[in-house]
Amino acid sequence: MKRAVRVTVNGKDYERAVDVRSTLADLLREDLDLTGTHVGCEHGVCGACTVLFDGEPVRACLMLAAQADGHEVTTIEGVAPFGEALHPIQEAFWAKHGLQCGYCTPGIIMSACAFLKEHPAPTDGEIREMLAGHLCRCTGYHFIVDAIAEAARALAGSRPAPTVE
Amino acid sequence: MKPAPFEYVAASSAADAVETLRRYGDEAKVLAGGQSLIPMLALRLARPSVLVDINGCVDLDGLTESGGTLTVGALARQSGLERWARTRSPLFAEALGWVAHAPIRNRGTVVGSLVHADPASELPALLLCLDGAVVARRKGGERVIPADKVYLAPLATSLESDELATAARFTLPPEGAGWGFAEVARRHGDFALVGCAAVLALDGSGAVSHARLGFFGVGGTPVRSGPGEAALAGQQPTPARLAEAAKAAAAALSPDGDLHASAGYRKTVAGTLAERVLTAALGRCRRAG
Repeated sequence: MKRAVRVTVNGKDYERAVDVRSTLADLLREDLDLTGTHVGCEHGVCGACTVLFDGEPVRACLMLAAQADGHEVTTIEGVAPFGEALHPIQEAFWAKHGLQCGYCTPGIIMSACAFLKEHPAPTDGEIREMLAGHLCRCTGYHFIVDAIAEAARALAGSRPAPTVE
Repeated sequence: MKPAPFEYVAASSAADAVETLRRYGDEAKVLAGGQSLIPMLALRLARPSVLVDINGCVDLDGLTESGGTLTVGALARQSGLERWARTRSPLFAEALGWVAHAPIRNRGTVVGSLVHADPASELPALLLCLDGAVVARRKGGERVIPADKVYLAPLATSLESDELATAARFTLPPEGAGWGFAEVARRHGDFALVGCAAVLALDGSGAVSHARLGFFGVGGTPVRSGPGEAALAGQQPTPARLAEAAKAAAAALSPDGDLHASAGYRKTVAGTLAERVLTAALGRCRRAG
């Protein structure tokens, strides 16, 4: 069973016919070639597929593609301001070694985008609580906490965006 | 794409959803936030032939507080209740902080969680402790199911297959009441191994005028503790009395053991948490009069 879906992803409008069984993650990856949204567990546990849905972080594997009809989605491909430039959160992950294999990173960055809007000066405890919704098997999380704290400072403008040494 | 094939119906109103449920009966499953249903479809633990998506039913949205009752529409997300709770109900705010993670709460609905009826989830225990009810509508009629008649077994409620849970009602604690909430889980956001919630209110003499004590994760359904509440009603809430009530409550539980925790461990933890939440609730009470 197919269904027509009109969706705005990273500011661009798309219209696709999707199988009703396919998830939003399937639509992004398979139909729109936006493979930055990673799929780990496909049942909502790992957080790798987190995207912004009408501005709020959600699991792209726990929504049907058909449900995105008429809505706006932002993926990791849409966070950087332009061209080769990185978003301050991405810069902070680079500068603070907040990733190793990178599989979980897009999901964490999408969550962090929303989290830092609500918590512009988060405590380590708040950052860790947010990260509890994301599985990372490489880093041990410490450098991710550092990266998000650094990103918060950069976004608050108290210091320039971190540069990579 | 992992679920087994199904037919997808996007309902445009509650009446439309109810009509669709009447047509398909127990072959259909209601899709609200999908945060429990879609994993079950992906793991093929559920294989409904029709999904009735109620996300387009704007008449099911909304959260209203009136005359001491909070009514939560079937489309109200857990994050919406969380925002309301920040200024209106620290008990709900605390409990919702334990429900999965923010991205799940952004989609997951309050009513969906209530009628999914996972015995380890937080909100059903609050429905019991706050003398709540689920409003169920079917073609041609509506009924209100009190909380103590909702839960039958793990993932099973008294809702009929052609009924749509359109809203949930919670009776907010009386003026001056105190609350407590605690949970033990393996990791933050995991399902509870054991959880406990309490509401206490005192009369002018300092005796307990209102006591609610509820558990989750301790059996097939959430449990409201008759023995625990009876040990408190009309009594002076001394530390010894609270401990006795907690002990009586835990003794009456018959939790299951599983991979994560034995039955004995759950019972012990339930007693400990009950004493803690009762103590916390008492500390937050303001005496009447």
